[in-house]
Amino acid sequence: MTFKRRHLLGLEDLNADELMNILETSKVFREVLDRPIKKVAPLRGLTVANLFFEPSTRTRVSFELAEKRLSADTVTFTAATSSVKKGETLKDTVRNLEAMKIDMVVIRHGSSGAPYFLTRFCSSSVINAGDGQHEHPTQGLLDMYTMWMKYQRIKGLRVVLMGDAKHSRVIRSNIWGLTKLGASVAVCGPPTLLPVGLEKLGVEVYTDVDKALDGADVVNVMRIQLERQQAGLLPSLREYTSLFGITRERLKRLNKNYTIMHPGPINRGIEMSDEIADCGESVILEQVTNGVAVRMAVLYLLAGGEGRKSDED
Amino acid sequence: MKIKLIKNGAIVFPDKKQPLKGDIYLEGDKIKRIDLESDRGKKAKGKATFKKDEVIDATGMLVLPGLIDMHVHLREPGREDCETIATGTMAAAAGGFTAVACMPNTLPPLDNQESVLFVKQRASGCKARVYPIGAVSRGRAGKELADIGEMVKTGAVAITDDGSPVSDAGMMRRALEYAGMFGICVISHAEDMSLSGKGIMNEGYESTRLGMHGIPPFSEEVCIARDLLLCKYIGTPVHIAHVSTKGAVELIRQAKADGVNVTAEVTPHHFTLTDAEIGKGFNTNLKMNPPLRTQEDVEAIIDGLKDGTIDCIASDHAPHAPEDKEVEFDQAPNGIIGLETSLGLVATHLVKPGHLSWNQVAAKMAANPARILRTVGGDLRAGAVADITIVNPKANWTVKVDKFLSKSRNSPYDGWKLQGKVRWTILGGEVSYEG
Repeated sequence: MTFKRRHLLGLEDLNADELMNILETSKVFREVLDRPIKKVAPLRGLTVANLFFEPSTRTRVSFELAEKRLSADTVTFTAATSSVKKGETLKDTVRNLEAMKIDMVVIRHGSSGAPYFLTRFCSSSVINAGDGQHEHPTQGLLDMYTMWMKYQRIKGLRVVLMGDAKHSRVIRSNIWGLTKLGASVAVCGPPTLLPVGLEKLGVEVYTDVDKALDGADVVNVMRIQLERQQAGLLPSLREYTSLFGITRERLKRLNKNYTIMHPGPINRGIEMSDEIADCGESVILEQVTNGVAVRMAVLYLLAGGEGRKSDED
Repeated sequence: MKIKLIKNGAIVFPDKKQPLKGDIYLEGDKIKRIDLESDRGKKAKGKATFKKDEVIDATGMLVLPGLIDMHVHLREPGREDCETIATGTMAAAAGGFTAVACMPNTLPPLDNQESVLFVKQRASGCKARVYPIGAVSRGRAGKELADIGEMVKTGAVAITDDGSPVSDAGMMRRALEYAGMFGICVISHAEDMSLSGKGIMNEGYESTRLGMHGIPPFSEEVCIARDLLLCKYIGTPVHIAHVSTKGAVELIRQAKADGVNVTAEVTPHHFTLTDAEIGKGFNTNLKMNPPLRTQEDVEAIIDGLKDGTIDCIASDHAPHAPEDKEVEFDQAPNGIIGLETSLGLVATHLVKPGHLSWNQVAAKMAANPARILRTVGGDLRAGAVADITIVNPKANWTVKVDKFLSKSRNSPYDGWKLQGKVRWTILGGEVSYEG
């Protein structure tokens, strides 16, 4: 199936067929990662610029690996602060890079909507690698892919997203992707970290972990930013752990064959204990591996997939 | 050349129910007499003869008192790259305005006699009258009263720290007490900053969907409630700027019913746009403060305009340079320009659907601002200043920001099709704009 979009800005924009197309394509590239030579050629001749305006290790490395394994040329631009603070606008930064003949832009930015802003003046394909508190579509896709691989379905799964829904781009992408593919999604966290009107996104909302976990198949636990306590949104991390931390006892409420997920990095002992993070039901490292495959799939499809013609053709 | 006769127009008196056909005779910068068609024959007026360019044939047109925008930002001094008093008043004239009141959040702010005098001098000879509004507090810092008396003496018509609220309730009390001595109103930018926090759009479903920090409606309402209580106690009139929420309209409606000396304004963007537009592309021309709210709020604002709770329509014209707005949404400054689209938006979205009559528009865009700020204009009667706006209510036009006379282009209405356009703006008997 061809993929008709030029950009991947968020999962809210995609329909169920497009989501499944990405997941099915990811399966092919996941197999590539298990080969002795983990490199194929579909992006040969293309240049991808990775613009990371926020500190990120795993997403940046995951994208770089995905690009290299598809034989793309890559450049990575990291800035600890926003381009504006450096004195150059995001628009000028990207237009300068485009003048150097790049084909795709992967952008991680602290402002919600920054990738959409880019599409107004950028002729390259734009891939959102996380924008503000809005979306992190490839993380959402790799989470879904991991569930799909384990259960061979998304439809009918009950997934609990635990933690800071107010500030989490991962939660939003999970919500859009999972609900479109027929999962039942619940979000659980303290009221100060639940944005207003969350239920209108098609999810159940809980402040009681035990009720949220009842009968769930997957619990996807989000990282709690330590500065939330300083901002007065949490009384203490100790209290957060006591009320919302995932424990062995709480896991009893899940269905058999349950799955523990976390987009990382984990605050061990806060969101969950070591024991839970490393247990047999935890697929946290599998998520990381799948992330490369999913990003390869996204890059491949946006570059034209099988329909892409190289100069040699 | 001075205009001496506007003939055959439908004259829109703010205090009448519908326009009345007739001729308006001008002499110098004043209205000499009004000759209504319905009165003709009762007394002979004699037939005056004028040169061709002294007469405007307003057949098929509406003749309104010159419009007054009581809330604009002219950016001079400090950001002359965005707007100057000269360009801002050219834009005003093109929008049908014969007068504007400019806010004090310039660089430096209008918080003393010299800065108010500077604005008055710059405005001399411009295309619209300019009424400076002084700051409540020195440096708009909310700590000490500005030199209010001296500013009023120099020409300031009201005080406000607009752009920011007066956060300290005690400071607001003192401002009201002191302003009362001069008979001016205090204009309230109503916002509780501890509730707005880092908000960049309305708090609600859309901010949750887009992952944006939200400004809750009660950030505005809490501050309005405070100012209404202070107003009730002290008695100095309070004018609530840019009302944007349903709750705010209800608070003001109740206060007016209780006899509180309060007036209020809304902007065209708060009755034509909602926060749902933002997600369609994160257009920074949809970023303003107060933020665009929900459809329910829009409907409440229109109800408030209809029943008189809201006295005025003001543009909150806020020019910004392209480089300031062509950035990520959260980093863009608040505000849009509005002088050249206000009347068209009002005609298309309030008059055409039957929410307001043209006479109510004349009240809310001319008579009421003049009354609240105690300025000339806002009325059509013999002896009044000859500030007049002539509108073709049937003219269809498309908003093209590239054609604007404002120095800035930050409007979300580019490409909108509107019905109702300014044909002539007359300032003190002379044409200041012809469309």
